[in-house]
Amino acid sequence: MRKSTIYLLFTACSVAACLLAVLHAAFRRHYDGRTERRHRATLVRELRLTDLCLFTDARYTRNPAMADRHAPFQEHPVALEHFPSGSFLSPPAGLERPHEHLR
Amino acid sequence: MNTCVNRHKNIIDFALSSLLRRKVKNLSLLAVYTLIVFVLASLIFFVQAVRQEAAAILAEAPDIVVQRLAAGRHDLIPAGYAERIGAIRGVGRVAPRLWGYYFHPAFGATYTVMVPEEPIVAPGRILVGAGVARNQQIKVGDVTALRSSRGEPLPVTVGGVYPAASDLVAADLIVMSAADFHALFNLPQGYATDLAVTVANSREQATVAAKIAELFPDTRPILKSEILRTYDAIFEWRGGMMVVILATAVLSFVIFAWDKATGLSAEERKEIGILKSIGWETSDVLLLKFWEGAVISLTAFLVGIVLAYGHVFFFSAGLFESALKGWSVLYPRFRLVPVIDAFQVTVLFFLSVLPYTAATIVPAWLAASSDPDAAMRS
Repeated sequence: MRKSTIYLLFTACSVAACLLAVLHAAFRRHYDGRTERRHRATLVRELRLTDLCLFTDARYTRNPAMADRHAPFQEHPVALEHFPSGSFLSPPAGLERPHEHLR
Repeated sequence: MNTCVNRHKNIIDFALSSLLRRKVKNLSLLAVYTLIVFVLASLIFFVQAVRQEAAAILAEAPDIVVQRLAAGRHDLIPAGYAERIGAIRGVGRVAPRLWGYYFHPAFGATYTVMVPEEPIVAPGRILVGAGVARNQQIKVGDVTALRSSRGEPLPVTVGGVYPAASDLVAADLIVMSAADFHALFNLPQGYATDLAVTVANSREQATVAAKIAELFPDTRPILKSEILRTYDAIFEWRGGMMVVILATAVLSFVIFAWDKATGLSAEERKEIGILKSIGWETSDVLLLKFWEGAVISLTAFLVGIVLAYGHVFFFSAGLFESALKGWSVLYPRFRLVPVIDAFQVTVLFFLSVLPYTAATIVPAWLAASSDPDAAMRS
């Protein structure tokens, strides 16, 4: 078999795998995903949750929406970031311009 | 038509043979290229899926959460605030929320403790998230003990375990009754962690929040739109570790393209000269170089995308675990609903495939435009 034929077949298989991923995403989103999301949404409503459970090492990354302005400075105001997960999150938008939404 | 296809296949054959003559270099380049695409695509899939999940399920969050601040810190809020807030026009109902964090020294994990509004759990019983069950190795019916703030053991029976599918919101959750909550944390009566306010008309949320802030200057109203915006900006490109990862990936692509664009090696120039001297047209040489670039970059892109999809949506982004876990003892398993953002994948394609392929063609065009004899002598 020619090298070009092998390469084109490999590329076709890769493209097919990508298309299969798209189909799988659509299938999961409309079948399993819908059920899972409904269950999670129900949990949020019943327990009145406000945050996703992405990190569990710091309270201002466990509940970023609820974090107060001084949460990261828990030791002193010029302390460097203490928890690794803090490197992944930006401050909540509401803390950057306090009470702007209330005007 | 058949001639055109055969022409391309012949040139691809030659391109592949040319690449295989420098097998180690090109395979190494392909591996690194694929790795960069894989990491970046994994990041794109993961972040996009988390954002979509947050937008979908946090739409059920409270309309307004009212916190009380003392010395800039989140403090307990008197229950009396609820009555006065409830009297504001437009407010449907106000419910105190009891929640907090509990560090279990025996297991070294921090849990989120929550009291539901409805009495779905009896005193002496708890509902736990799948992460808590894994951490403590407990199941329904088991008895475990929590240590209260007064140092006394608080025995509780596991009444249920939330399924793993709810890990995204409840992995570290312990749900208990209000009586147990007060016993565990020794909270004073008449106080709550914060207040959940329901507003009948969603367009009046901002107005109600402004009235609350005016009525109680020591409070901080948090709108649902702010909660959603918090997660819309999660893993934002302009902050933190994400900009480092993105910059690294972009720099890698730039280096790949620059390496190609800075010119051909003497051997490659000689090769082009020989091809020209035996009758190849300039367009044929350019097509050859195009396929040389496309073979590597397109293969890396396609393989990287497929591997990234499997990594995030079948293996819960396991390779990111060491970074995401940080100092967490309890780590949620991300069972995310797959989301493929065509725009971002297209951006990744234009960032990875096109610059490299273009950078391959330009120096080849310069070499092919020169005299074949001069190219062979170089």
